[in-house]
Amino acid sequence: MANDGPTPTERFLRGVIPENPVYRQLLGMCPTLAVTGNMKAAMTMSGAVLFVLFCANVITSLIRGLLKPHLRILVFTLTIATFVTIADRFLAAYLYRMSKELGAYIPLIIVNCIIICRCEVCASRQSVPHAAADAVGQSLGFALALASIATVRELLGAGSWFGVQLFWAKGTAAEQYRWSIMAQPPGAFITLGLLLGAAVWIGNSWEKRRKTRAAVREAGEAD
Amino acid sequence: MEYAVGLILIAVSSALINNFVLHYFVGICPFLGVSRRLDTAFGMGCAVTFVITIASLLSWVFTYFILQPGAGVSVAVARLFVTVEDPASVDLSILSYIVYIFVIASSVQFVEMYLRKFFPTLYKSFGVYLPLITTNCAILFACLYIMQKVVGAEEPWGIGQALTLAIFAGLGFTVAIVIMAGIREELDFCDVPGPLKGAGITLIVAGILALAFMGFAGMDRGLERALTADEPPVHKAGHVPEFPPKADVGDNAPRPGNAEGGPR
Repeated sequence: MANDGPTPTERFLRGVIPENPVYRQLLGMCPTLAVTGNMKAAMTMSGAVLFVLFCANVITSLIRGLLKPHLRILVFTLTIATFVTIADRFLAAYLYRMSKELGAYIPLIIVNCIIICRCEVCASRQSVPHAAADAVGQSLGFALALASIATVRELLGAGSWFGVQLFWAKGTAAEQYRWSIMAQPPGAFITLGLLLGAAVWIGNSWEKRRKTRAAVREAGEAD
Repeated sequence: MEYAVGLILIAVSSALINNFVLHYFVGICPFLGVSRRLDTAFGMGCAVTFVITIASLLSWVFTYFILQPGAGVSVAVARLFVTVEDPASVDLSILSYIVYIFVIASSVQFVEMYLRKFFPTLYKSFGVYLPLITTNCAILFACLYIMQKVVGAEEPWGIGQALTLAIFAGLGFTVAIVIMAGIREELDFCDVPGPLKGAGITLIVAGILALAFMGFAGMDRGLERALTADEPPVHKAGHVPEFPPKADVGDNAPRPGNAEGGPR
């Protein structure tokens, strides 16, 4: 049944831009807003989501024959919770400061809609390679979205990128130009809102250009 | 008296200052999804308040008696099988996430069954929102917040503090989602740029709302000083350094207009 759908490569590519979890599907908004104050936190979060989504998708795909319809959400949630516990303990052991900074948002991956949605839509119906490719593609799309928001917020809020001070350094007269609001909650909402608008606008204009080209080609063939 | 002051501070801080939606970004999905109309938004707020209270109560009980290192029940059970020399070595906190998600899912289930049996009208008005709440991060966040305050804290939270946090966090969520729904009902009559329609403009409005809620920052400190002072608070020279540094206030004040108006 898995063979007539998209191949693993297509699944992988689809997750990155055309079905981007944040900009296209509006999933997983809580971490998207909460951990994008700087690039380091955003990338750690993406790594944790990649690990959890990959493991949960593979396990769900392996046991898809055994799932009972009315219990499947519970099974998904418990599988995810197990892997989130592993990721949380790993971060606490090896990246202690980052784990403190991310705080409750690592355990909140359990209720992240991206993972439950991918388990439900993809992994519970397809073979392991499909599910694995889908997990990596979706996580890359998520990482890309997080990176775009975190770049804007960190550049405007602190004048740095990945912790490297580029301009508006602390202690200099230029520090006053920082948009301190960008490092705070309202900045997250406004940045995401504007980027979402930009994504929709770019998507629409691509779609329009593609249609015009197709129409021109059709007209050419008709002649 | 000190206990009551503590409760009031927890209440104010969880409902207004550190509003779950606008400060911690939890519960964003219903905040964006169910805020189109005022009455459904209010229903969602009530349902969340209801479930968050029950789930927090249960998770406090589980954390305090079973999950925390050296918890009474786990130590007693462990003593049945092995000799336990150091009670703190019995530590089940690694299971906490699984237990919490189980508690939330089952309490939503039970609340649903109870309401359907005894309050059919209320059940009908909640509709599909009740099962949706299982995956609402606000509930899990409240459980985790309480765990953080119980496990390894100097003064572990009692059940009173946990309940206060839960109820007022739920109320704060209700306030935020109702304000949002009120604004969105008016937005229907506005000419919003095409690409921003829907989620985009809602997020920007939420940002401006979060900006307004930032005005509550520091309210807890003032309230604490007013409530715990032996003599009625009078303006003395000694007060000045206790306030947040002037530079901080001056730094934030002109920015909002800049951030709102700049990118448009």
